[in-house]
Amino acid sequence: MGQTINGLLRRHGLILAFLVFLGGVALNAEAFLTPGNILDVLRQVSITGMMALGVTFVVLTGRLDLSVGSMLTLLTVIVVDQHNIVGPFPAIVMTLLAGLAVGAINGLLVGFVKLNALIVTLAMLSFLQGLVLFYSGGSNVNVSNAQDTWFGVFGRGDFLGLPVPVVLFFVSAVIAGLVLQFTTFGRRVYGVGGNETASIFSGIDARWTVFWAYVVSGLTTGVAAVIMGSRVMGAQNTIGQGYELTVLAGVILGGTSLLGGSGSIWRTVIGISMLGFIQNGLLLLGFPYYVQWLVTWAVIIIAVWIDLGAKRGRIFA
Amino acid sequence: MDDVILRVEGITKTFPGVKALDNVSFDIRPGEVHALVGESGAGKSTLMKALAGLHKPDSGQIIYQGAPTEVAGPLDARQKGILLIHQELSLSPELSVAENIYLGAWPTNRFGVLKKRELRRNASAALEALGCGFDPDVRVGTLSVAMQQMVEIARAEAFNANVVIFDEPTASLTDTEKDQLFHTIRGLKARGVGIVYISHKMDEIFDITDRITVLRDGQVQGTVDTAETDLNQVTRMMIGRTLDSYFVKAKPEFGEEVLRVEGLSNQGLFSDVSFSIREGEVLGLYGLVGAGRSEVVETVFGVRKADGGKIFWKSGEIDLPTPRQSIDMGMALVPESRKEQGLVLMMGGRENTSLPHLDLFSDRSVMNRSKELTTFDKYRSALSIKTTGPDQAVSQLSGGNQQKFVLAKWLCADPKLIILDEPTRGIDVGSKSAIHELIADLAEQGLAVIVISSEMPEVLGVSHRVLAMSEGAVVAEFEGDDMTEENLIDAVSHHRGEAAA
Amino acid sequence: MSLATNNQAATPLQSVLGWLLRNHIWVFLALTVIVFSVSSPYFLTVNNIGNILTQGAFIGILAIGMTLVMIDGEIDLSVGAVLALASALAIGLQDHMGVWPAVFLGLMSGAALGFVNGTLVALSGMHSFIVTLGGLIGIRGLVFVYSGENALMVPDFSYTEIPEIYFGPISLTAILFFALALFFQWVLSSTRHGRETYAVGDNIEAAHDAGINVKRHKIINFTICGTLAAVCGILLSMRLGTAEPNAGKIWELWTIIAVVLGGTRLQGGFGSMWMTIGGVLTLAVLRNGLRLLNTPNYVELMVMGGVLIMALVLDKLLNHKGDT
Repeated sequence: MGQTINGLLRRHGLILAFLVFLGGVALNAEAFLTPGNILDVLRQVSITGMMALGVTFVVLTGRLDLSVGSMLTLLTVIVVDQHNIVGPFPAIVMTLLAGLAVGAINGLLVGFVKLNALIVTLAMLSFLQGLVLFYSGGSNVNVSNAQDTWFGVFGRGDFLGLPVPVVLFFVSAVIAGLVLQFTTFGRRVYGVGGNETASIFSGIDARWTVFWAYVVSGLTTGVAAVIMGSRVMGAQNTIGQGYELTVLAGVILGGTSLLGGSGSIWRTVIGISMLGFIQNGLLLLGFPYYVQWLVTWAVIIIAVWIDLGAKRGRIFA
Repeated sequence: MDDVILRVEGITKTFPGVKALDNVSFDIRPGEVHALVGESGAGKSTLMKALAGLHKPDSGQIIYQGAPTEVAGPLDARQKGILLIHQELSLSPELSVAENIYLGAWPTNRFGVLKKRELRRNASAALEALGCGFDPDVRVGTLSVAMQQMVEIARAEAFNANVVIFDEPTASLTDTEKDQLFHTIRGLKARGVGIVYISHKMDEIFDITDRITVLRDGQVQGTVDTAETDLNQVTRMMIGRTLDSYFVKAKPEFGEEVLRVEGLSNQGLFSDVSFSIREGEVLGLYGLVGAGRSEVVETVFGVRKADGGKIFWKSGEIDLPTPRQSIDMGMALVPESRKEQGLVLMMGGRENTSLPHLDLFSDRSVMNRSKELTTFDKYRSALSIKTTGPDQAVSQLSGGNQQKFVLAKWLCADPKLIILDEPTRGIDVGSKSAIHELIADLAEQGLAVIVISSEMPEVLGVSHRVLAMSEGAVVAEFEGDDMTEENLIDAVSHHRGEAAA
Repeated sequence: MSLATNNQAATPLQSVLGWLLRNHIWVFLALTVIVFSVSSPYFLTVNNIGNILTQGAFIGILAIGMTLVMIDGEIDLSVGAVLALASALAIGLQDHMGVWPAVFLGLMSGAALGFVNGTLVALSGMHSFIVTLGGLIGIRGLVFVYSGENALMVPDFSYTEIPEIYFGPISLTAILFFALALFFQWVLSSTRHGRETYAVGDNIEAAHDAGINVKRHKIINFTICGTLAAVCGILLSMRLGTAEPNAGKIWELWTIIAVVLGGTRLQGGFGSMWMTIGGVLTLAVLRNGLRLLNTPNYVELMVMGGVLIMALVLDKLLNHKGDT
């Protein structure tokens, strides 16, 4: 019986706790569970959520990507700035390519040169932030014709009644999930993360698998940057600062293991959405924005502890 | 009572689903070297851990120095004078020899400051008592495995151990180092220490031990005086059959040459290795640990990069392949460590089986689950694998069943050559013979099979031809009537003698 | 028959090279000092060196705690947030209780938070990355809850004169850093707790089997790390006279960079305060030198990223040849 509860708790405890939280907030703040508000939250979540999709691939291989925040800043600045110079479509293409390029560099250093992922992506965080300052000359950039440009559709548009960012996020999540569960690449990701040595003995080239995981991370951050730039129609050169923490917190909260080999896209979607609803719920209850950080702290610790406890069969180590 | 340091009476220990020890009793006298032998899974490891305080027996007692004792943990064991020397050494590479010897028991003053001079002095004394002269301030990480083992043994001196348990101590030692170890053991013996010697190397056991206790399936089959028994009797107690009726050999019908290796070298690991193998042939590769056998096959397979030499596949020369290329050509390697190299433990049988052949099980990069399931079912029944379903994590299966999945994952793509590295290590007797039969079947179906084994009876029993390796070189090749234990032992030690001279 | 000790008879040259391989940060430091001395006349002045030492001392003090935790095989991402809280308390409580009690409470807050981190890691078995990631986010929340969104100002500006004691060009802050670094190096090399740190980081099973109380040990190291972060925060508050709620943001990053640059390994079991001192100084020299050369902001960030990656590559190359 204990084992069943453990199992249930592990797989669904997260959702149960989340539902309890939602209920609690809804009782106290009428505006919380209205469609308008929910869509609002999802719109916010779609940016960090997009990034988290890519980071999930990286974490599944047993690595980390802390550069996504700076990457977001850089790419948002690029898309906004280039929008005025070469037009929205080329700007978007450039941004996505830049995201792929940064991902490729990360992938090269971690996958092929085999440097420590934490340090490399930290170094990238610093490097990219510098690159942003270099590119922007320290000033903020803005889209010149914010009202007229079709570029606005990504961040501000609607598609079949849903905000475009949410649709993009949802569609991307489904694609990412399908890739992970049903393609050979996805299987290699799980293999390398689960046991890299055994995967090598099985003929899998771990270097390329890790490489492509980082490229995916760069790509999804690129898409997130397009959404962000489109929504804000501008970019300060600190716009993405700290996002890597939220993204990582969301992935961890969702239950994907930092050791690799265990986790999934839907877990990440739930984790990152939880964070979004916590933030929103607390705001609606009248708490200042920083209270959400305290709650996030508590939620991460509790959620991961429960998950770990259930996995090993006892609460304490 | 009589002259016994440690007596174990009626010890039983059960783990979920497995009775590891069943009413085990044996004793250790001061100054004796008492061997504990048995197949993997017989219970030696569990018994040892119970003595050293790592497991608590469910029932029975331990009587130490005449009084019933409970060993609370490794620290308690050490304080009482029972020392366990694991196969994986329990040392801290960054700390000095002295600090390692006295790990957890460093002399300090009131404020926790280490009394270094005292520590060094004590460590030197312990080392000298063993006949070792090295500097106790050296970092343990810089020492060779044999010397590190000495550091662990020095703990016996340091803590005045009365009982020292050795678990497969010569696994990574050269012959010279092994002699030094035996010298040390005899020294401990002379000082009245009771020694438990766990090993599967029967030649060593008949060399240095006074008594032998045989475990099979968690039960003591008997305790005999070494001088009054022989290999056959002991083996019979270990496996319930004599050597002769043990193995199955495939009918010797050979086809074309499948693989030929010429002058293969990998710096520091092996050099100038040459051999070949034909369809339907079982080639045994015998040698002691450290001979370089796994390294050779890993290099042929492509996991390691060779420095020199040529590989011929079906008489066409190939460039030194990557594992992917080897697999695609039809090679398969069942590695030595199934948990670390053979399986992704968190995946189920289905996913593990298809892992080396993702292209075979997919259609333009999309995985074909039903094909995976069909293959899973096929091998589950063909190899009689006990698992609850295609997605039950293989970590939950027994060693034998895990090994079967490793085999399944390679067999499902119809390889032309399969290399098995210690395929029956750590497996229950029933599964062992199943694997031997499988080897014979595979050979009769036309596969070329290379079997690496450190167990002489096994390698002689299943192979058509045997290569002996020692210290990175192929030293002899035997066929037919020449395939005898004497020749093998001779080949391996003879070369060592030459090298030393 | 005694065992040959063939690794004892190294020539002096081999010993020096061996030492340099393990401690390559000093070569790095020497190179950067040379490069900047040549590029700028202002670099190698007594005044500037004093500046470098003072500037470096802040990250340096954080790095001391981080080194202890890292040798244990753990990490502490919350140091930046802890220092901000200590800073805020040290200033904010002064109205209620005077300078030194407030400072004391600030110090205690660091110890308490470090204790919480350590206890969570020890009891739950969660990786410290996750625990301290939570701390990084949540403790920052505590800071904002306490001080609101605006910086706190010290009531009496003589507070800022406290660290303004100089021994020649070297400030008290810098001396404090060196004193703490040397003290903890001594702890690492000569005390039971320090040696246990290597044992726990190196081979945790062996340490556990030998009777070392690993849980208590880790709690101690995290508490020290938190306390040192608080020291840093207090010194910062004394320097600025204010406590900003966003103080210390990203500092954990610089701290990790300094420690890893110095040579201590993330996996644990290896490292020393000497290495960390080298890493901290190199980082400080780099930042100072770049500023003196009037290089724009972005160069510093990009150079830091680049240097760190080079250091990793170097460490990897060297350690394929040297001992592991």
